[in-house]
Amino acid sequence: MSIEVRNISKTFGSFKALDNVSLTVKAGELVALLGPSGSGKTTLLRIIAGLEQADPGSGEILLNDEDVADRHVSARGVGFVFQHYALFRHMSVFENVAFGLRVKRRRERPSKAFIRQKVHDLLKLVQLDGLAGRYPHQLSGGQRQRVALARALAVEPRVLLLDEPFGALDAKVRKELRSWLRRLHDELHITSVFVTHDQDEALEVADQVVVMNRGKIEQVGTPDEVFHQPATEFVMHFLGDVNTFHGRVNQGMVQFSELELPFPENRQQIVGDARVFVRPYDVTIDTKTNGLPALEAKVVRVHSAGPLVRVELLTKANQYLTSEISQERFATMNIRPESTVYVRPRHIRVFAGREG
Amino acid sequence: MAGSIALRTKRASAYRPIASTGESLLTRTILITIALATLALFLVLPLVLIFTEALKQGLGAYFAAFTTPDARSAIRLTLITALIAVPLNTVFGVAAAWAIARFEFKGKSILITLIDLPFTVSPVIAGLLFVILFGTRGWLGPWLQEHDIRIIFAVPGIIIATLFVTFPFVARELIPLMQAQGSEEELAALTLGASGFQTFWRVTLPNIKWGLIYGIILTNARAMGEFGAVSVVSGHIRGQTNTMPLHIEVLYNDYQTSASFAVASLLAFLAVLTLVVKSIVEWKNARSHAQAAREAEQGDHQ
Amino acid sequence: MLPGFGLSMGFTLLYLAFLVLIPLGGLVLYTSTRITWGEFWSRAVTDPRVVAAYKLSFGASLIAAVLNGVLGLIIAWVLVRYEFWGKRLVDAIVDLPFALPTAVSGIALTTLYARTGWIGRLFDPLGIQIAYAYPGIVLALVLIGLPFVVRTVQPALEDLEQDMEEAASALGATRWQTFYRVILPNIMPSLLTGFSLAFARAWGEFGSIYFIAGNMPFKTEITPLLILIRLEQFDYVGATAIGVVMLVAAFFLLLLINLLQWWSRRHQAS
Repeated sequence: MSIEVRNISKTFGSFKALDNVSLTVKAGELVALLGPSGSGKTTLLRIIAGLEQADPGSGEILLNDEDVADRHVSARGVGFVFQHYALFRHMSVFENVAFGLRVKRRRERPSKAFIRQKVHDLLKLVQLDGLAGRYPHQLSGGQRQRVALARALAVEPRVLLLDEPFGALDAKVRKELRSWLRRLHDELHITSVFVTHDQDEALEVADQVVVMNRGKIEQVGTPDEVFHQPATEFVMHFLGDVNTFHGRVNQGMVQFSELELPFPENRQQIVGDARVFVRPYDVTIDTKTNGLPALEAKVVRVHSAGPLVRVELLTKANQYLTSEISQERFATMNIRPESTVYVRPRHIRVFAGREG
Repeated sequence: MAGSIALRTKRASAYRPIASTGESLLTRTILITIALATLALFLVLPLVLIFTEALKQGLGAYFAAFTTPDARSAIRLTLITALIAVPLNTVFGVAAAWAIARFEFKGKSILITLIDLPFTVSPVIAGLLFVILFGTRGWLGPWLQEHDIRIIFAVPGIIIATLFVTFPFVARELIPLMQAQGSEEELAALTLGASGFQTFWRVTLPNIKWGLIYGIILTNARAMGEFGAVSVVSGHIRGQTNTMPLHIEVLYNDYQTSASFAVASLLAFLAVLTLVVKSIVEWKNARSHAQAAREAEQGDHQ
Repeated sequence: MLPGFGLSMGFTLLYLAFLVLIPLGGLVLYTSTRITWGEFWSRAVTDPRVVAAYKLSFGASLIAAVLNGVLGLIIAWVLVRYEFWGKRLVDAIVDLPFALPTAVSGIALTTLYARTGWIGRLFDPLGIQIAYAYPGIVLALVLIGLPFVVRTVQPALEDLEQDMEEAASALGATRWQTFYRVILPNIMPSLLTGFSLAFARAWGEFGSIYFIAGNMPFKTEITPLLILIRLEQFDYVGATAIGVVMLVAAFFLLLLINLLQWWSRRHQAS
């Protein structure tokens, strides 16, 4: 089932949480809403669920092309998974998962045997069979979140919405659980939207990533697109480390720090002041010049513990920048602090203006 | 199990009324109406009635009710009782709270249960306890008679019974307050060279000031208003062993309704005053909490 | 380590010894040495007037505590969840019964609900007598017990995670289902505490009932009043026997309610 959000705004007092946001999620997709806190991602998710009302008259929410703005959360058929699980503390795992089936109207309520079978199937699906009799406080954080997921799936929702589903877990469990969620989605193919502030989580799990900032959508795209072709400075900064230069654009070339480079993917016509961005792994280092345009820089520090070697550099123009090179390449170069090197940006992205 | 109602630090309730989990306007209206009607019927109306009845026969009659010899004697006895019971129980409350909130020891829960006892024991049984001890046919009765000491049906009995009924209030206010505050500040003062007494006076007391004030005011209101326990030990000797509540009873049974309500209005006023103090204290607490939270937040941003 | 443990603890224990332990010991000793089993049985267990008083005290306390549970829950709910004009004043006034002397509320309620009173006169034509009858006793007990329920349930409602209600709602539960399947079980321990405090207070209450009850033997005579009457007749044995029954009953009630609380809380370790 598809989700369509059209021109939704939401204000809390004087704070504009969502500013005329539109978004389409195709049926069967797994979409991440990514952004810093206060960007409006959770508000958007809660409005889709019906837990929050959009500003009156501001727009529409369509589930499968049907406007559900006036429909109460209990009638929207969405599954919602909360950051802090929101398990019913006084109910066992079984009772938690069965809740949604037991509160159905008598006419629609399945038989006891059916409920028992269904709950056990779901617990097997989330790999918790055998824990049906436990109470939430007897479970680990990861187990609780899987119960919450099973509980949301029990009512066979048309859409699954997850609010920072792994936010309260420690790093290791988090990683396990997110690849498990991806596999689960591939099995069930239920249209899902999850909120996260963790870029790795969004890039690893989602089909589409929606980057949000200050109540607006900055970019929608596949993980590859948002990472390699960021549409805005914000996306560039938010997804990974980046070196920033001030420069000027002149006839399709950008000048910055004694360098003049062409920039091919020039979507807007930029003239005059510009800002130039280079990812650390796109900064190559050589110990001598080889004719190509390069900046002379001095090595400040070397961090070699890790899959890549991080080299912190200071250019002649007194600007710091960071480069990431492979261990193999590092081994061939013999660089140490105070060495003089020549750095060359491999891929640059240029945005107009002085300040971001 | 506490029978006392401790001060609450009002949290900005996490509950946000929103459409998805709220009730319909009709349900809300019905519930608010039931709540307000209950409080009006049980609390506001009696309060209004007390002052109306007291002033029914004019201001002259109202003030005359306080100037009869019996009334004066009752007011004097009530003041004396409160003057003795309140300071003693305040000292006890502070000492008990210090021991319970600042130290770990075996039998702490038994001690707390003992302190809560007056809340669970009927005031009449509280009176009975002292009659059995000091009454003419009680354990110490014959000895007291020999030495011509009167406790039951005399002022000492009234004071002792009042002490018993009101001793938990200060302790009950302070214990949760001091437990919540922890002892870090006091330990810091000690490491800076303050003596035990200086630490208490300069660090502990300013921190518990408002809770202590409310505890004292509440103890005072209960000491002045105690009826059941005092009824048992007083003997109702007019002009001698009648406190204000007992005087109210005498007047009421004599069909001197207006005079009875006049005296009652003094105690009712004291009760309202107690509530006002409680509201102020809670408001001050909430404000200092909010301020602390704000300062902490600003600290984070710097 | 902080100083003053010896001093504060010593003073506390000495104070409690004189005020509580010695008098309580006196009662126990009196019961065990001066009252024979037969006397105790005939004075405090089989005496029909005493039995009638027990029944009245227990029944009226139970009804009042149940009413307090319902009304107190509604008041707490309204104070925590809704905004309305004068809410702060309403919140403050809930504690009134706690500060108002029982004799004062006693005569006020009696005057209010007597046949000629502001409210009593509305019911008199219907043939309903409130003051000097059973309903009057229950009314007085509701008044004194109300703040206990409100003030124990209020913080529990404030602490309730709103997530749980939203989760129930998202799973298709109606508001009413959310209330009795999710909210009520979670505030049950607090509600039970408030109920038991109100009941315990009602069971021993004297001042506010004394005026409104009418104090007719076998009909509207409560147990604490019987103790007072026995003492006025210098009948220490009769008074003590009844007092012991009251204390033991109160003890067992508190035990029972603590068990109930433990049972309703057992799965909710935080």
